[in-house]
Amino acid sequence: MSSVKTKRDVLGTSSLRPDGGAKVKGDFAFTSDLHAENMLWGATLRSPHPHARIVSIDTTAAWKIAGVECIVTADDVPGQLTYGLISSDQPVFAKDVVRYMGEPIAAVAADHPETCRRALAAITVVYEVLPVLFDPELAIGDDFEPIHPDGNLIRQQRIVHGDTSVVGDVIVEGHYVIGMQDQAFLGTESALALPDADGQGVEVFVATQWLHEDQKQMAACLNLPTERVRLVLGGVGGAFGAREDISLQVHTALLALRTSRPVKMQYGREESFFGHVHRHPATVWMRHHATNEGKIVKIEARFVFDGGAYASTSAAVLINGVTHTQGPYKCPVAVVDGYAVRTNNPPCGAMRGFGVVQACFAHEGQMDKLAAAVGTDPVSIRLMNAMETGDLLITGQPVESVAPVARLIRETNEIPLPPDLAIDANELDLPGGSGITAERKHIRRGIGWGVSIKNIMYSEGFDDYSTARCTLSDGKVVLKFATSEVGQGFVTLAPQIARSVLGVTDAVCDTIDTQIGSAGSTSASRQTWMSGGAVDGACRLVRERLFELVGAQQNIEPIRFAIEDDEIVDTAGTFRMSVIEASQGITISETFEHHHRKTEELDENGQGNCHVAFAFVAHRAVVDVDPELGLVKVVQIATAQDVGQVLNPLSVLGQIEGGIAQGLGLAVMEEIIVQEGRVRNPSFTDYLLPTALDAPVVVARMIEEYEPQAPLGAKGVGEPPCISVTPAIVAAIRDAIGKDIDRCPVRPQDICL
Amino acid sequence: MSTNEFYSLKVNGVDHHVSDAWIGESLLYVLRERLGLPGSKGACEQGECGSCTVFIDGAAVCSCLVMAASAVESEIATVEGLNADGTLTDVQEAFVTEGAVQCGFCTPGLVMAVHHLLDENDSPSELEVKEALSGNICRCTGYGRIFAAVDKVVAVRRGALS
Ligand code: FES
Ligand code: FES
Repeated sequence: MSSVKTKRDVLGTSSLRPDGGAKVKGDFAFTSDLHAENMLWGATLRSPHPHARIVSIDTTAAWKIAGVECIVTADDVPGQLTYGLISSDQPVFAKDVVRYMGEPIAAVAADHPETCRRALAAITVVYEVLPVLFDPELAIGDDFEPIHPDGNLIRQQRIVHGDTSVVGDVIVEGHYVIGMQDQAFLGTESALALPDADGQGVEVFVATQWLHEDQKQMAACLNLPTERVRLVLGGVGGAFGAREDISLQVHTALLALRTSRPVKMQYGREESFFGHVHRHPATVWMRHHATNEGKIVKIEARFVFDGGAYASTSAAVLINGVTHTQGPYKCPVAVVDGYAVRTNNPPCGAMRGFGVVQACFAHEGQMDKLAAAVGTDPVSIRLMNAMETGDLLITGQPVESVAPVARLIRETNEIPLPPDLAIDANELDLPGGSGITAERKHIRRGIGWGVSIKNIMYSEGFDDYSTARCTLSDGKVVLKFATSEVGQGFVTLAPQIARSVLGVTDAVCDTIDTQIGSAGSTSASRQTWMSGGAVDGACRLVRERLFELVGAQQNIEPIRFAIEDDEIVDTAGTFRMSVIEASQGITISETFEHHHRKTEELDENGQGNCHVAFAFVAHRAVVDVDPELGLVKVVQIATAQDVGQVLNPLSVLGQIEGGIAQGLGLAVMEEIIVQEGRVRNPSFTDYLLPTALDAPVVVARMIEEYEPQAPLGAKGVGEPPCISVTPAIVAAIRDAIGKDIDRCPVRPQDICL
Repeated sequence: MSTNEFYSLKVNGVDHHVSDAWIGESLLYVLRERLGLPGSKGACEQGECGSCTVFIDGAAVCSCLVMAASAVESEIATVEGLNADGTLTDVQEAFVTEGAVQCGFCTPGLVMAVHHLLDENDSPSELEVKEALSGNICRCTGYGRIFAAVDKVVAVRRGALS
């Protein structure tokens, strides 16, 4: 990025991405761009059935194809046969039974992707098709034979809080359905595995969210010591939760170890739809009790999250869902039942918003129902119930985070509404765009609201710490961490922190790999807080040592020193020296682990301080709808987001706009269609993503209130933008057409039939 | 699967010999895997995402949909050809400064699409920009900063002209 000035880009500035130049030139090495001498290609054979017994697997014909070097099945897995983030319940390769369409059965390594394709086609698997458990409700009771030794119920959680005998003056009730969304990162799954010469270890370049977790699971399956599975972050083309689970990591490494050659695996788009977990489809029932004015007095709810065939993070998604039942509102009493179940549908796990998206869609639908029932408007009902710092959640946990909910709603409400749709509007500005013939005179406009609360960091007692090392030498800083850069911009933020703390200009990030302690996952909006805290801590330790050194030289108490711009200054005297000069010829290196405060597990009544901290956001959507054709155009999204301290305004804006587009996708277009366990639309032709023409005008306000608990005063900003925008858009559609719609995404038939 | 035949592709003004290739290989595959030009990305390989955008005889096309062997007579330009002199183009520069890059997977394709748009139309309306870029999916940015980058280039070029 030669022509771009990065000098003294400290915290609070819109420092530019250090990888931006390489990315615009096509020079940045995504994992899929990597090559190795003598490399083979790997590919995966997947089940065409959602549920079947494997009678036999015959690889004889495939082995005979010229160019095929290796074929592996479950019998070839040297270590643990299963993996998983929370429970190890997912087979590396299916052995006796397949439990979802697309489950891996075998993998091949060959000289060309086309040879791989032919080899896969030449493997004969005989299946005995089994009844498919596709209805999550059937998975709750004993109505269906267990489809897995661990049973069909992944987790159940009840929340009982307050005097449950309370009955409201006004009661509103709704059933809500949330469809299965795909993360649809652009860079599909990819890995390059390089076997060690002695065959006892492997180095793997992989696009992942959490190097150390992959390493741990891989080592167990490969039966290797952890340190012999060395992971390096290959360039990552987006993540959004889909790279938290193992996909091709074990397969690629196993093929490399078996062939003693480098092996690269890369999923195509269709395979990617089968190769990673999705957002849980869910059904949510809620009943809100309120006073005649509209103050919430009790909420009853029931959640069913369809986890698909394997557990992944379903248990944690469930807890996030049920513990966010009330939304960003005061609620003294609650009775909630939640279930995460196993079915023969595609496995579901992490996606941006992680269980809270589903809860929010339901509680925001309820708030509008409540407003209507008590004869008020969507803004007033939300302001009346808005949560504040110090309020208790339905888990009994006090909200200690800054909680400017009322301010978010007010500030969003102050943003001017867009102009009316012009009488002679261009067809591209109409719902449906140029392809479909909406007529201006049919179009109706609607306005809707959504407000949300989102926990940040991991919950329920999990210590998701992060590690960083700072090395200062000759005025230059090198930062080392295992924090996955997936596009969010931690590689921009980390040097900003170093510049601020140490007064340097030149700060760079070292290779991101497992040659340092874990950073935890790039998820749960946690890296600014956790890895930011780790980098900050390491830089502060280095600063202390630098002050000690300079203090000894100058005979000044180190405590008197401070960094001012790029100098060390004596706050009680006249001495000043540039950091560059002070650090000439010396090297100071310090490592720091940042831990967040401890959290607790929930008890059987769902009580406990299970979350670390919270962030809030408000969204107002304006839509145009053609009620006859069932078409929607999202015109404007106004938003105010609780971000804590803004560390990089441009990065925060990017997260806000990007999250809104994904929430828009869930509102009106994105859904993996699954019929009796079969995925019907695994392609970008049939799974529709927001394009430039779908992008609404976004008017965003960052509400800056320093978060005292956070190491840099900043809250995570990644997830909130995508959470309440979905219910806001759906509410706007309801407002436009005057019809109750209880599901997302909203399909044309939901509008016009 | 390979053939004994070979063919030549002219990419960024340089002739490249392609031998031992399977005849069904897409231009995207050949660029990336045989010619060492991985700047063009593949995110769908069915013409839906635009991350593989290249110019063939000046037309912006999805290289995943073109059989490489069918492009022998053509001038092919890829993102790697934009920086022959080592400096960023105005479009690339604006993508960096305006925050249009997050993961960057869509970026080379979008940079090509924006160059193509602005070569044909030096002052596109907002709708013309949106339409021109609607074949390039970006999953990270929500497009806001990409529009800002386009606006910036238009403004700078206009300033440079006046
Ligand atoms: S890879 Fe060519 S359009 Fe998507
Ligand atoms: S920046 Fe990630 S897809 Fe566009």
